[in-house]
Amino acid sequence: MWEGIESGLATAFTASNLAVVVIGCFAGTIIGMLPGLGPISAIALMIPITYGLDPAAAMILMAGVYYGAIFGGSTSSILINAPGVAGTVATTFDGYPLARRGQAGKALAIAAYASFTGGTVAALLLIFAAPALASVSLSFQSADYFALMFLGLIAVCAFAGKGYVLKSLLMTVFGLMLATVGTDPTAGVPRFTFGQIDLIDGISFLLLAMACFAISEALMTILKDEDSAQMAASAAKGTMGSLLLKKREVKEIAPAVGRSSVLGFFVGVLPGAGGTIASFLAWGMEKGLARGRDREAFGKGSLRGLAAPETANNAASTGSFVPLLTLGIPGSGTTAVMLGALLSFGIQPGPRLYIEEPAVFWSVIISMYVGNIVLLILNLPLIPYIARLLAVRKEILVPMILFFSLIGVYLVSFNVFDLWLMVLVGVVAIGLRLLDLPLAPMILGFILGDILEDNLRRALIISNGSPDFLWARPSTLFIMAIAALIALVPLLGRWRTGRTVQAGEGG
Amino acid sequence: MGAKSVPECWRRLAACLVVWAAAAGAEPAPEHLHFIVPGGAGGGWDRTARVTGDVLVKGGLLQSASFENLSGGGSGKAIGYLIKTAERQHGTLLVNSVPIIVRSISGVFPFSFRDLTPIASVIGDYGVIAVLPDSPYQTIDQLLAAFLRDPLQVRIGGGSVRGDLDHIVAALAIRALGADPRKLIYVPYDTGGKAVVGLLTGEIQVLSTGLGEALEQRRAGQMRILAVTAPERLSVLPQVPALSEYGENAVFANWRGFFGPPQLPAALADRYAKLLQEMQALPGWEAALERNGWVNFYRPRGEFAVFLEEQEALIAALRKELGFY
Repeated sequence: MWEGIESGLATAFTASNLAVVVIGCFAGTIIGMLPGLGPISAIALMIPITYGLDPAAAMILMAGVYYGAIFGGSTSSILINAPGVAGTVATTFDGYPLARRGQAGKALAIAAYASFTGGTVAALLLIFAAPALASVSLSFQSADYFALMFLGLIAVCAFAGKGYVLKSLLMTVFGLMLATVGTDPTAGVPRFTFGQIDLIDGISFLLLAMACFAISEALMTILKDEDSAQMAASAAKGTMGSLLLKKREVKEIAPAVGRSSVLGFFVGVLPGAGGTIASFLAWGMEKGLARGRDREAFGKGSLRGLAAPETANNAASTGSFVPLLTLGIPGSGTTAVMLGALLSFGIQPGPRLYIEEPAVFWSVIISMYVGNIVLLILNLPLIPYIARLLAVRKEILVPMILFFSLIGVYLVSFNVFDLWLMVLVGVVAIGLRLLDLPLAPMILGFILGDILEDNLRRALIISNGSPDFLWARPSTLFIMAIAALIALVPLLGRWRTGRTVQAGEGG
Repeated sequence: MGAKSVPECWRRLAACLVVWAAAAGAEPAPEHLHFIVPGGAGGGWDRTARVTGDVLVKGGLLQSASFENLSGGGSGKAIGYLIKTAERQHGTLLVNSVPIIVRSISGVFPFSFRDLTPIASVIGDYGVIAVLPDSPYQTIDQLLAAFLRDPLQVRIGGGSVRGDLDHIVAALAIRALGADPRKLIYVPYDTGGKAVVGLLTGEIQVLSTGLGEALEQRRAGQMRILAVTAPERLSVLPQVPALSEYGENAVFANWRGFFGPPQLPAALADRYAKLLQEMQALPGWEAALERNGWVNFYRPRGEFAVFLEEQEALIAALRKELGFY
């Protein structure tokens, strides 16, 4: 193993490969910042360039682009509430409120620090645990995936906060319903498409996320005047929030970052789960662990609430390389594109990769570490300039956001139908927001709905229609038990407040 | 700029005139082909189209190629677009494979291959029935015996929905072996890779997949191939029986090929088919086949159309037997 690491170090630290990491991270950041272009499109754009490189350099380039794009995605989530990738939806919960309070600089810096830590911790875990973890990820069956997705949905509802549990549940179910539009994952038959060929592939995530967050937010800015006035005022003063964190703030987010790194990595290792579920779970977990005023702050600009999903998301993207490099199984859409590229170099990732191609295997892992450092160095000085975007006057910024969101969605599908649908969803989203119904659980329900249904139906086929798959295996039972416990949290909270009220009346 | 651009401009104009003159003649030279990929970047269709275009250009048979990803409606979107704009798409080829047949039968889209001009299939992949190397079923006969005992314990998975490609291969195999394909428990995954994971986690016992993918896994020592849907045993796998040794109608190939717009002039269609034939002699194509685990499966024009008809009849009959319509 050590010779492998050595040869990997030698490969990763050649001047040309270091340059490749820097270029990859930079290109990825720029691409990822544009709403609508995520890691998958960024990597797909890189594939033609990699044809001229040797396999190790190509993988390093793509890993750099991947990280850069994920980091860039957080930027648009924080600044204009436009998550271009599913993995950064949870970032908007606390990142955008922070930016609106005039702390965009601080929010971006926390995102950078948190991503860095998550990526670094996960890269270390990857170095030492990759071969061992490969077999663990293979004990996860469809029933377990169903349980895991179920846990994710329950956690977000249960931790939604006072008065929002039922509303979140309602919106989650609405999201699940939207996810059923399109082709049935088991039978391949169109459903709820109303004969529209444009709906056969279902509603795209990007469309829904852009409409619900970016479009509705931009339109809400017009409806509510004071926010932007405040934003412009803070921007005019040039106080984008300090990039440096106070000791108290570091103390606040450090434990959250630590927990989220480990959680994110392990969720990322599971093929198919990935950064999205990791970031939501991390946010939910931190909210569940927070007490009193800390907890109230979640969703309104909590530093912890921003750091947790950012850390977990990056840790999970590193984790998703475990099944790719050790089993040849892509854990996400992005790693699938990378697998294709590896195959075209005649490299078959699998259990034998780190024996047969140690230079490729270890140089990729080491480059991930280097990539994280490069991203931090690259992005911290850029933050003040990026954050200045918010200083743009509302009359210019709002049309710009609308323009980029619409273009972003159109560039993916080249379908005018999507634009109409997007405007419709945007208007519906405004209605829901005015009714004080949370949109995040809906998006989560929508994202996880496909995976949830796919695995549920597979589990049912395997168990021949019997629900006993829920308890037939210890791992499924364990996850379902956690979900059941979490579901009890809001009830417990009510029971406790009920008692204190009674005690108060008694005294 | 300046001095250099004037001759460049004249050269372009001359080139245009040549093209125009050629177009006025009987047979315009295909200096440019546009490929429509009805799926996203990185998929099998995408790779087939891009590799074909690349090899043609690098081999000097074509001056330039362009590619367009037009996903939607399980390729219904792209087919509809090609039909609607047929008159100005004489230099456009659409890539497709077995799904164009399955999806027209199942009514996902209201078109079929008859609405387009079949040019040629280029590559093919036979279906295989495979297990893990340490599986209790080391031969197809052992597998059949276990299936007859209890079909629930021999679950077959694949990377397509029910009633589509991998399910058809599995059902074809069971039927050829003389058992009832309706008793088959088919577990669908959204990609072949995920089906392999299912096999490794033990939630399915048997995998129905393409030969190319299975050979790669076999080379890595991760798979044992029990049977193949080829008309006879393959030279790469001499010990593996072909299912046609067991029963009739057990030949099935997942082809990938190209289609032109409807009412494409026959001269042009023939020319494109010839171009794809000449491509197979190029060293670049040999390398591409090797790299991607593809097998040549060239069926031009009329032959391709007949093949499509036969495959459609086979799939329709099998789907009916399985209870789909």
